[in-house]
Amino acid sequence: MFDRRLIENFDWGFVLLILMICAAGLTILYSALTAGHDAGVVHILFKKQIIWMGAGFVVMMIALIIDYREFDKLNLFIYALCVGLLISVMFFGQLGGGSRRWLVLGFVRIQPSELMKIALIISLASAYSTSACQAGLNFRKLIKPAILCLIPFFLIVNQPDLGTGLLLLFIAASITLFVKVERKVFFALSGLSLAAIPLVWYLLKDYQKSRILIFLNPDRDPLGSGYHIIQSKIAIGSGMLTGKGFLKGTQNALSFLPEQHTDFIVSVLAEEWGLMGCGLLLTLYFILLFWGLNIAYNCRNMFGSILAFGITSMIFCQIFINIGMVMGLMPVVGVPLPLVSYGGSSVITNMVGFGILLNISMRKFSPN
Amino acid sequence: MVEFDRNPDKEWIKQRLIGASICILLMFSLLFLRLMYLQIIKGEDFRLLSEKNAVRLKSIKSSRGLIFDRDKKLLVDNRPSFNLKIVREDAGDVNKIVRKVADLIQTPFQELMDNIAKAGKGAFYKPVTLKNSISRDQLAVIEAHKFDLPGIQIDIEPIRYYIYKKTAAHLLGYLGEINIKELKSGNYPNVKSGDSIGKYGIEKSFQKYLHGKRGGRQIEVDANGRIIKVLRTIEPVPGFDLNLTLDLELQRTAEKMLENRDGAVVAIDPANGDILVMASNPSFDQNDFIGGITTQKWAALISHPGKPMNNKAIQAEYPPASTYKIITSFAALEEKHIDINTTVFCPGFLKYGNRKYRCWKKYGHGNMNISEGLEQSCDVFYYQAGIKTGVDALAQYAMGCGLGAKTGIMLGNERRGLIPTAAWKKRRFNEPWQGGETLSIAIGQGFNLVTPLQMAVFIAAVGNGGTLYRPRIVKSIEASDGKIIKKIDPEIKGGLPASKETLDIVKNALFQVVQGAHGTARGIRLKDVDIAGKTGTAQVFSIKKGEEIKSEELEYSLRDHAWFVCYAPADDPVIAIAVMIEHGEHGSSAAAPVAGALIEQYTKKNKKTDRQAATD
Repeated sequence: MFDRRLIENFDWGFVLLILMICAAGLTILYSALTAGHDAGVVHILFKKQIIWMGAGFVVMMIALIIDYREFDKLNLFIYALCVGLLISVMFFGQLGGGSRRWLVLGFVRIQPSELMKIALIISLASAYSTSACQAGLNFRKLIKPAILCLIPFFLIVNQPDLGTGLLLLFIAASITLFVKVERKVFFALSGLSLAAIPLVWYLLKDYQKSRILIFLNPDRDPLGSGYHIIQSKIAIGSGMLTGKGFLKGTQNALSFLPEQHTDFIVSVLAEEWGLMGCGLLLTLYFILLFWGLNIAYNCRNMFGSILAFGITSMIFCQIFINIGMVMGLMPVVGVPLPLVSYGGSSVITNMVGFGILLNISMRKFSPN
Repeated sequence: MVEFDRNPDKEWIKQRLIGASICILLMFSLLFLRLMYLQIIKGEDFRLLSEKNAVRLKSIKSSRGLIFDRDKKLLVDNRPSFNLKIVREDAGDVNKIVRKVADLIQTPFQELMDNIAKAGKGAFYKPVTLKNSISRDQLAVIEAHKFDLPGIQIDIEPIRYYIYKKTAAHLLGYLGEINIKELKSGNYPNVKSGDSIGKYGIEKSFQKYLHGKRGGRQIEVDANGRIIKVLRTIEPVPGFDLNLTLDLELQRTAEKMLENRDGAVVAIDPANGDILVMASNPSFDQNDFIGGITTQKWAALISHPGKPMNNKAIQAEYPPASTYKIITSFAALEEKHIDINTTVFCPGFLKYGNRKYRCWKKYGHGNMNISEGLEQSCDVFYYQAGIKTGVDALAQYAMGCGLGAKTGIMLGNERRGLIPTAAWKKRRFNEPWQGGETLSIAIGQGFNLVTPLQMAVFIAAVGNGGTLYRPRIVKSIEASDGKIIKKIDPEIKGGLPASKETLDIVKNALFQVVQGAHGTARGIRLKDVDIAGKTGTAQVFSIKKGEEIKSEELEYSLRDHAWFVCYAPADDPVIAIAVMIEHGEHGSSAAAPVAGALIEQYTKKNKKTDRQAATD
């Protein structure tokens, strides 16, 4: 039953890479936490994050034991389950910071929108694996993926969690472009989305409009996100080439940034480790992403290739949006940096993703 | 068209993946270039900014909405306060700087340090209050030495100012610093810790309109924390103004009449339920609460026997006494137990069971019909009417008149009073109702309790022909640019449980109370205006059974409470008033003259404005 080749093909290098990123993440997190909290709290939060990472490795193992092709068969079931969770969040979700994102199940708090990312990637991979063709997808073949993507999108934006909702759209769009669409479909869709902007704008309420304007241009909110971006840029810039040294960041120490251990954690890295530290982390991420694409290449099955690409794309989108935002290249949006930002949901989701990548990688030689 | 049949074409996949790799490479290069730009090209500048912690936020407090009376006279204003603050990060040696400041402004060093300690260990670059509301002299000294005082700043912030000391204090309310529980409740979205919020009265119930929205500035500072330049500003939005229904002059007259007495006066416009006067004495100075009331002042207020912190118009409950005879009349007439011709002989008492129930007039009133009974407040007549009607029917009519329930005025802490029924007594004391208790109820004694506001709303309804209004205190809410944010319209709560015939009988009798030859309040008759009303004298010892009474106050505190409820002009009233003077002994001598003075002033003013309107 259990194939010995699975162990022989196990991708130890990939696991090592993940461990390295985790170690880097914990180092940065430690100094981010020290600055903003009392020693006791730092200890608790830091320990929590280590526990989450441990739990992450456990779910990674679970995600690689089941043959990934089972996900193909079960894709609609997984999808429906996650949509169900999103709907129940609407009614029973825990309110926090003005939005309903979490479900409390006993002593664990889960964020269904995180799980939804994986579920959407699986169901899109499944749909495209049968419909992809050399000439590209036509409109008819895009109907199902569009529905699959829009249902969770609206449920998540309704929470409201615009950041995660848009992330979902980006991931779906990148997978769709990866499997290729017909040229005329590509132009038609691009045109359609541009045309839809004024219409959507017209339908929005004033406070929603101002929220989006601030999102696009933080300077409109000089006391909130505009201020955070300025402080974040000062922190990053002041790191210069080599940084101020571990635990020596001054911007960080004066807690100018309210979210320094979650969304703005890169500013701590940049201030204390400089361009060299940032370059190192970017390199680690870069290797991780290429490893993911390589797994997609080596997979001999269409579903597996698209799935591997989708997971890689999910990791990439988070990295790019988070770092881009902290440096003032992107709107301010709550997307955590994989394996570095504090927070359990994000760790678990990404670890499940890595588990699926390992899963595909170690079964590359098994027959279809 | 080539379908893949679920087995990917290696070449094709490779080509797509190469495309994806190039995308990733490009995007990562973009991130790296941006890092280079920030850290290498602009790195030096940012390093400097970070060493000074130079870019900061400075919050700007919004000014609270103003409060006007019905004629747009300003009652509550804001004025600038100079607050001394310190930024610990800039001060360097905090102890040294604070000691210097303490010497300059001649304030104990420890007091200033205590204020810093209050702010806790929070961010060191944030300004912390050293002393609020410093004087002009202190301000001048600090300004003169400002270059020796790094980290010290003076913020000009608006604070509340109650223009007429002690006037309408209970109604307007006061402010206090928001506490942790209130902050956590989520009911104060624009309020930060350290801010003041309404804690009582209108300031509290209209807090969300009055507060406004704070603004702020992004500023660049030098190494001493002094502002070099303002980068961006968001102006604060001032709170909304309130236009009250209150008549300032009338309120001041009422308060003058209440001076040296404990009690309350409520005046209402019978046409719409507008509160013209709501006075409660003793009162307090709301300005004392600004920036935190001192412990001595607070202790003096709460230990004062006259309970100055209670709004006696809505929070104090009294037996309605003879004013309740209006309700007994409604009940007995409507239930047809008596009619206009029913007469009762009053020998000065009524024997009921084996007890003698006395009339206030020792030797009796002789033969009385309902009109004479009400005019002369004959207790025996109402004992009889009460016996015939029964306690539960009396209660039903009292509740129909709005008693025993909150009037719904938009103020906190309103009491509902008490209208007893047989079932209530069973529930409360597990004892059956005694027939003799009905006699007490019929003349407004016994368990009955009402607030002055309830009586004012009720008598206004009698005056206007039977409509019970929800008392209105705020007419409209207005933005500082004059835009109306919200209009609060008069609200009808119901009608009196009395037919037109019944109401006419009662109104005629109330007219006789003041204007008739034997009326109990004939002493307050005015030359130009006919008044209709009812006096009441409430026995005190029966109300607060459990309460300890200090021996030196025994005499005063055992005296009867005096009531007077009325409306004027009697045929088409423009004002209805309830007056309660604690321990005033007689409604006719203590309470009625207060109402008389208010009516005289108000009708005169009304005539003036009528004339003005006619000539306009």
